Amino acid sequence: MAQFRVCPDSGFYFDRSAESLMKVNAVAGVVSLLIAGILALGVILTRWQDVHLLPADLFYQVLTAHGINALIFWVIFFEIAVLYFASSTLLRSRLAAPGWAWAGFALMVIGAVMNNVAVMQGNSSVMMTSYVPMQAAPHFYLGLILFAVGALIGCFVFLGTLVLAKDDKTYDGSLPLVVFGALTATIIAIFTIASGAIILVPTFLWSVGYINHIDAEMYRIIWWALGHSSQQINVAAHVSIWYLITGILFGARPMSEKVSRFAFLLYIFFLQLASAHHILVDPGVSSEWKIFNTSYAMYLAVLASMIHGLTVPGAMEVAQRSKGYTKGLFEWLRKAPWGNPVFSGFFFALVIFGFIGGITGVVMGTEQINLIIHNTIYVPAHFHATVAVGTTLTFMALTYLLIPVLFRRALFMPWMAKLQPYVFSLGMTIMILFLLGAGTLGVSRRHWDMDFTGAMLSFDYPGTAYMMVAVGGIGGVLGVVGGAMFLIVTVGSLLFGKKLEPSAGLFQGFCGLPLADSVYNVEQPPRLERAEPVEHHHDGFEAPGTFVLALALLVCFVVYYAINWDYLSSVWPIG
Amino acid sequence: MSSFQPPADRIWWQVPVGKQEIIWAGIALVWCLIMFFMMPYWHVYGKQNLSTEAYQTNAEKYGAAVEAFVEEYQTGVDEQSGMPIVTPPAGSDIYMLGRLWQWYPILNLEKGKSYRLHLSSLDWQHGFSLQPVNINLQVVPGYEMVINVAPDQAGEFTVICNEFCGIGHHTMLGKIHVKEN
Amino acid sequence: MSEDTNLPKPERIPFFQRMLDNPFLLLFIGVAMPTVFYTLWGVMEVATIPIAK
Ligand code: HEM
Ligand SMILES: [Cu+2]
Ligand SMILES: [Cu+2]
Repeated sequence: MAQFRVCPDSGFYFDRSAESLMKVNAVAGVVSLLIAGILALGVILTRWQDVHLLPADLFYQVLTAHGINALIFWVIFFEIAVLYFASSTLLRSRLAAPGWAWAGFALMVIGAVMNNVAVMQGNSSVMMTSYVPMQAAPHFYLGLILFAVGALIGCFVFLGTLVLAKDDKTYDGSLPLVVFGALTATIIAIFTIASGAIILVPTFLWSVGYINHIDAEMYRIIWWALGHSSQQINVAAHVSIWYLITGILFGARPMSEKVSRFAFLLYIFFLQLASAHHILVDPGVSSEWKIFNTSYAMYLAVLASMIHGLTVPGAMEVAQRSKGYTKGLFEWLRKAPWGNPVFSGFFFALVIFGFIGGITGVVMGTEQINLIIHNTIYVPAHFHATVAVGTTLTFMALTYLLIPVLFRRALFMPWMAKLQPYVFSLGMTIMILFLLGAGTLGVSRRHWDMDFTGAMLSFDYPGTAYMMVAVGGIGGVLGVVGGAMFLIVTVGSLLFGKKLEPSAGLFQGFCGLPLADSVYNVEQPPRLERAEPVEHHHDGFEAPGTFVLALALLVCFVVYYAINWDYLSSVWPIG
Repeated sequence: MSSFQPPADRIWWQVPVGKQEIIWAGIALVWCLIMFFMMPYWHVYGKQNLSTEAYQTNAEKYGAAVEAFVEEYQTGVDEQSGMPIVTPPAGSDIYMLGRLWQWYPILNLEKGKSYRLHLSSLDWQHGFSLQPVNINLQVVPGYEMVINVAPDQAGEFTVICNEFCGIGHHTMLGKIHVKEN
Repeated sequence: MSEDTNLPKPERIPFFQRMLDNPFLLLFIGVAMPTVFYTLWGVMEVATIPIAK
């Protein structure tokens, strides 16, 4: 029986089992996002002090579930789908060990459900960080552990598929850049999950009483090797997808294979050290450790991100210019397909990730500047720019691309899809900017009540702080609307989207069943050839518009960095 | 054709890199190094550097130290909260503890004087967030951190808890009064 | 790394390219670096905090 089908629209070859696994992982991810999004509404409407929707216990419960479903379940389910896509579909290879891949998926689902049940039962409102010695129910930790083991299996299936592809000679030469980026994500994921196991397994044993003490500071250090590195998986994954999307939409090729891969190599070496961002105001850890780790060893991973920041849009610019969009600095960008949500989603993700998420992340990860930012609502504002827009919107854009290709359905309500990246980005950007501002005024994260109702002492935030959180709340609601639009389009497409030939029915969409047998008529796809050679002419500036954008980023970066040092210098001297 | 095909050149490492990428990477590297050296620079020339002095402790030990401190220097009781108000001499070791849900005791300090502030938690993790100054520290049970603070403004300052510590988290406030001298 | 039999003896592949073409070497580096510099060093820092009098 033949294994592969070829997609008549995109030319991608889908391995039968990889195809099913991609679908189920993507669907599970979207379901997690749905849950997280509904909960986000509860979170933001409670933080918005005039609305103050939920009571305290419910707020913390909802916030715990929002963080875990969004940051862990949505993102990682989807990433596993991406890994299978990168290794099997892009390399035209059979998937290694599909049985294991299914077992991994089952563990992830069981784990996610178990953890959600634990939080719902109400005794596990410990936030996603579950700092000891505050204790959650045992199945809270067990759920996370099972989920992590499942994801780890997914990583090994990815690596196994790379080996298979190489043995079967399904491609010629080195791995494609996008697959190399996915490999980077996998490597980071393996470290991440191993760290998670090292800390969550003892914590689980402690919660059932086999261990009587977990050291709180040790927990923090090792937990953040999980918590922060998992964000670095996202970075590597969404940067790879940016290269993929520019490749698909514009036929863009990397400006330089060497430069882009070297940047990924810097990620592999240094990106994960940044887990130290969370330990900068902890007791007893030396400044040497903090400086070395928080700066990714001299900011070499930031260097890598700045390089990608040039080469991703640069590749697009070069491709656009070769199509004749050469007028001025920015015709290539003005004439981009702004009505295509794959493009607009990708591009907004890139800009918001870079300009807001990247800059704020580096600033607050500076050893001393962290003093004025740690645990304020600035922190969630920052990571909504990185993960809730950068990663999430990239994944949304990719989903729009995959619905026809993988799920064989036309987009449902395409006008809504077209608007969605605009609404989501606008709402989230408003929320992010104003919560950044509120954090600068000292507003705390994970905090139910800015009025401190019931406290024995009192404190009044300045009026501007309330105003900032309120405007952030309006932005957040708009963000939720944008998220809902995404869900309407995706779920609607699987339910009601026009069927494309060869077509998929309901179960083939939601449950990952294969298409009709006759569709799988390719025994072994032709070898994936190397890209067409081009002449290398490097006399001038190939992508001047991008260079100007990059300089604009740098200017914002320098100015904002300086402002924060200035702010720091104004607070009480401490030593 | 693209980013999802293997590189065109078998030996892509030797394909020359464009001017643009080289210049940008150079600029970015310089910026990265500046940011890196800013941190040691601030240790030498800046006034806000977190001390790394810390001790392993436990709730009984730390609680006892705080009680001894309160007993020695207590000068009053706050009416609103019933919490002791403590006025330690300038330059001395001063203590604050976090527990569910208070920052204990209330401190009276003098502007321009330096103190050695000890911080720890008796139960869960808490977040010491001094407002409106906006200095934020993680307070971890089992560890006593000692930092030198030198208030340079007079007035009433509030310590908020900004690490989630259970249902009363939002009620966890403390006070530091700084008086002009 | 990839050998193609119908070509004459392929050029020597530069060190960096060989490294970047070797997923398992990269995996080793990517796990070893943070384990040593972040985790082990960090755990040692915490373990050596002196005990309060
Ligand atoms: C759709 C609109 C969204 C809104 C309005 C929203 C709103 C918020 C707000 C206001 C907070 C901070 C609450 C606090 O600290 O008191 C928060 C926390 C958080 N959000 Fe979102 N969010 C959204 C989407 C997302 C997405 C897509 C992700 C990740 C992919 C995400 C991940 C998180 C995480 C990890 C936390 C931290 C939870 C914790 O402190 O433990 N959010 N969200
Ligand atoms: Cu507290
Ligand atoms: Cu608290």
